[in-house]
Amino acid sequence: MVVSTGRVVGSWRAAWLRVEGSWAWYRRYWKSNLYSSGLQPLLFLVAMGLGFGSQVKAGPATGGLSYLQYIAPALLVSAAMQNAVGESTYPVLSGFKWQKDYLAVTATPVTPGQLLGGHFTWVALRLLLSGSVYALIALAFGAWLDAGAILVVFVGVFTGLACAAPVTAFAASTYDEGVRFNSLFRFVVMPMTLFAGTFFPIGQIPLALRWLAWISPLWHGNQLARGVTLGGVAPIAMVGHLAFLAALLAAGAFFAHKSFYRRLVV
Amino acid sequence: MTVLHQRPGLLLRILPPGLYAGRASKLVERSVLAYSRMWLVFVSGVFEPLFYLVAFQIGFGRLVDEVTGPDGRPMSYVAFVAPALLASSAMNGAIFDSTFNVFFKFRYAKTYEAMLATPIGPLDIAVGEISWAVLRGGIYAVAFFGVMLAMGLVASPWAVLLIPIALLVAFAFAAIGMACATFLRSPSQFDFIQLAVMPMFLFSTTFYPLTVYPGPIRVLVQCFPLYHGVELMRELSVGALNPGMLGHLAYLVALAVFGVWAAARRLTHLLLR
Repeated sequence: MVVSTGRVVGSWRAAWLRVEGSWAWYRRYWKSNLYSSGLQPLLFLVAMGLGFGSQVKAGPATGGLSYLQYIAPALLVSAAMQNAVGESTYPVLSGFKWQKDYLAVTATPVTPGQLLGGHFTWVALRLLLSGSVYALIALAFGAWLDAGAILVVFVGVFTGLACAAPVTAFAASTYDEGVRFNSLFRFVVMPMTLFAGTFFPIGQIPLALRWLAWISPLWHGNQLARGVTLGGVAPIAMVGHLAFLAALLAAGAFFAHKSFYRRLVV
Repeated sequence: MTVLHQRPGLLLRILPPGLYAGRASKLVERSVLAYSRMWLVFVSGVFEPLFYLVAFQIGFGRLVDEVTGPDGRPMSYVAFVAPALLASSAMNGAIFDSTFNVFFKFRYAKTYEAMLATPIGPLDIAVGEISWAVLRGGIYAVAFFGVMLAMGLVASPWAVLLIPIALLVAFAFAAIGMACATFLRSPSQFDFIQLAVMPMFLFSTTFYPLTVYPGPIRVLVQCFPLYHGVELMRELSVGALNPGMLGHLAYLVALAVFGVWAAARRLTHLLLR
């Protein structure tokens, strides 16, 4: 069928074109991404869940569960957070600065907003893929308690997006060589991975510092993930966690949108 | 100022000409200058192992009662983990310095090509860059050891030797890392380096004793170079000296020597064609 040229595509279709572009790239380079997106959470599951877990006695701290079952959902969310942040730092800056493909895309009728939508869609799809692979393999380890594991995958995607949005805004307003990202990884992502309740309950953190865990998106994601598969989280608290992540996503997307327009529309 | 026509020493006379000019220290000087403008990047490296140490003190350590130490006596979990964290942070720091940074200078900034246009040879570059990585690792090791002392995790005077061992671990990994970095073509291939480093970090008995593994896997773990660094440090931290430590030491020294040789050879091959 011959389609007439010069027709502007709809908003959703335009954002999807960007996703297709990312997919074309990914199909070529997925091998070198295999580690960061698929293998790392599994290595952690084996080392910490089985290895370190062999030293841990199931007790009140783990909700009476084996350590493997205790960390399996949180590891999925934690990996999603790291992937989402990784995908929203250098790749975004590169789109503006090194590869300049963002400039190329917005030289067509695709708007910066649609480009941003395409980026978020792409991050969500990547997280969905890596989360599902992790969930399936963790199943073989006997890490899941019940079918709620399927929901954990979606909690991972949502938490990842809530982290990706503000980080995308940060990357879009970065004009140096990305040196600031080092500080982001070292002082936000790494401590959050360790102290946001992934490996041990935040009740063990001194009260004066616990608020740092409370404001971290990962803690809310971990609570949601444990809530849907292990139980023990009140429904009203679950709504609160969801609302926190939704607010972070909305605020991040708002500022990212602003920065994208500032940088791409002359 | 360096005098260009200095009297050549033995090393300079036996090595092929142009390979080594005795100016490796100039590379260290360059790194000190370069990092004096990025001191935050440098200093923040101290925090990473500290975050881990704090996480084990308040978090992981409370989930585990006690573990069996290298001398057979029970010890607190955080004291068990601390020397292993020091070993792995020496490895991580050295690998980072000698792969990411070397790759950037090699492929993009062309720093080494500029250096080779001066009386500096490939072996100078290899030795200079590795020395810088070791120096940096040494600063981090001293900081980490200070925190271990403050947290009361040091049980024996032998533990002072943790610092030289950390330097040896850093040296060995910096040398091997630099040799590997010369094979990389694109930044996305750094995932392959992570693929080697991360399992080593997780499985070299860093977080739990070797006895957790079934028989054949134990042998595999004992092949990891980091395992030998971890064992050496853990034994020294409680003062459990034994003849097996010489074996660990020999492994690391052999790795370091092989690494320097391989890195200089690769650089010669790539830069002096």
